[in-house]
Amino acid sequence: MISGYLTHHAQALLGSVGRLARAPFATALTVLVIGLALALPLALALFVTNALNATGGFTGAVDVSVYFKPEVALSRVQQLAQSTRVRPGVASVQVISAADALEEFRQYSGFGTALAALGSNPLPNVLHVRPSPQASAPADLETLKHYLSAWPEVDVVQVDSEWVLRFNAILDLLRRVLSIAAILLGAGVLAVVGNTIRLEIQGRRTEIEVVRLVGGSNRFVRRPFLYTGTLYGLGGALLAWGMVGIAVRVLRAPVATLAQLYGSRYTLNGPGPQEIGLVLAAGVILGWLGAWVAAARHLRGIEPRA
Amino acid sequence: MILFERVTKRYRNGREALRAATFSIDRGEMVFLTGRSGAGKSTVLKLIALLERPTRGSVVVNGQNLGTLKSRHLPAYRRTLGLVFQEHRLLDDRPVFDNVALPLVVAGVAPAEMDKRVRAALDQVGLLGKERMLPNELSVGEQQRVGIARAVVAKPAVLIADEPTGNLDPGLALEVMKLFKRFQDVGVTVIVATHDLHVVHEFGQRSIVLDDGQVQGSADAPLPSMTATR
Repeated sequence: MISGYLTHHAQALLGSVGRLARAPFATALTVLVIGLALALPLALALFVTNALNATGGFTGAVDVSVYFKPEVALSRVQQLAQSTRVRPGVASVQVISAADALEEFRQYSGFGTALAALGSNPLPNVLHVRPSPQASAPADLETLKHYLSAWPEVDVVQVDSEWVLRFNAILDLLRRVLSIAAILLGAGVLAVVGNTIRLEIQGRRTEIEVVRLVGGSNRFVRRPFLYTGTLYGLGGALLAWGMVGIAVRVLRAPVATLAQLYGSRYTLNGPGPQEIGLVLAAGVILGWLGAWVAAARHLRGIEPRA
Repeated sequence: MILFERVTKRYRNGREALRAATFSIDRGEMVFLTGRSGAGKSTVLKLIALLERPTRGSVVVNGQNLGTLKSRHLPAYRRTLGLVFQEHRLLDDRPVFDNVALPLVVAGVAPAEMDKRVRAALDQVGLLGKERMLPNELSVGEQQRVGIARAVVAKPAVLIADEPTGNLDPGLALEVMKLFKRFQDVGVTVIVATHDLHVVHEFGQRSIVLDDGQVQGSADAPLPSMTATR
């Protein structure tokens, strides 16, 4: 009985593969449409994870910039930097002297000659204080800001958290766009598979009638269509993986170049096992479901005439 | 084996194809259903094959009252029948072997066993060696015999044929009927609907005569007065 069951499945699977292979153009078109529909959310998901990784994860990315009054000497700034370093909740402190800042500005801004015309360095000495991730909550940042502002040498303390909030908001928005796109395109895959299976059911009407006449059960009649739908979904998912994989390879070099220009060694990450697993599962489930809906809807109407 | 009790079948268009028809067919019997076109022969076969359900009355096959058969048990019930049609209903895009094997595939028979039984069935109808041909490459008579092989391959208890000789010349028709007789000889209950009275006379089997949906007679040979020749 079990061997009969397995034989049934093997026959249905082989039959579906054979039927798809005999109509390569139609099969390719359907798989392409499903592939594109699955590739889009996958690409968007990769974009979001890459954006997250590229910016180093945001919990530790909050910077506190301490601008000193112009007359404060660099040695004093370094002293204060030292005492800040030992404070709990501070991960790192970087001193940027006025001279270094001016040099960097001269190199990258293109205002070199204009700067040369200035008699003195207009830039102040600056400390970049990075709190440890555990001490990055808004209240902690406020305490740190108070501590730093209390020094008489300090002009302004700026907590650079606004851009983090903005960036997080943008990412949050992107994630929602991703969810909406995934839902809409998933529905699209369902519709494409459902419609393709509906056409196939119509085309094989005579065969279905004869199978029913010789005692084929509903499961038996439905099985090959479920396999066909699942194969469409799997094929589309593999294609989506391939397309996104190629896109990542093509973009890797320009992204690395861009990152280098921003002083980063960041490289684009391709779809990982988790994303690949997810897109394959989505393809298979949507393909099967689309076929099931079409079969439930359209096989009911096919009873043998006599 | 097969029992019709006051069976009435009214189709949706209002036509009454059967009116209180009562008759019975014994196990292992071969019976002709005769009567002019529209007399209700096909309806009787459709009711036995559960392609239609009666409006009133009961049909009992092999002790099973078909009126109480659940639709999920319908496929298993159909597997106990062998059906032969006038227009043979083969799948034109599949070779003879696949057509004949279909009832075994549906029943989940293992491939080795399937091969053996398909060959045996083709041998019985004299078509061994034509497994790989497509139905369209065969003559009409051969196609009909492929249909018969398909009907008997799963060793059904009941063989039902609806005008199986309608498209065949008298010689071939007789051949086909002899084939049915051979199945009866091995214990299969055979019911053949036909208006080919020559064949009926030739075989001398019992026939059930239908006229306008009513059973007009049941005789060892048809009563010519009750059956119009075409």
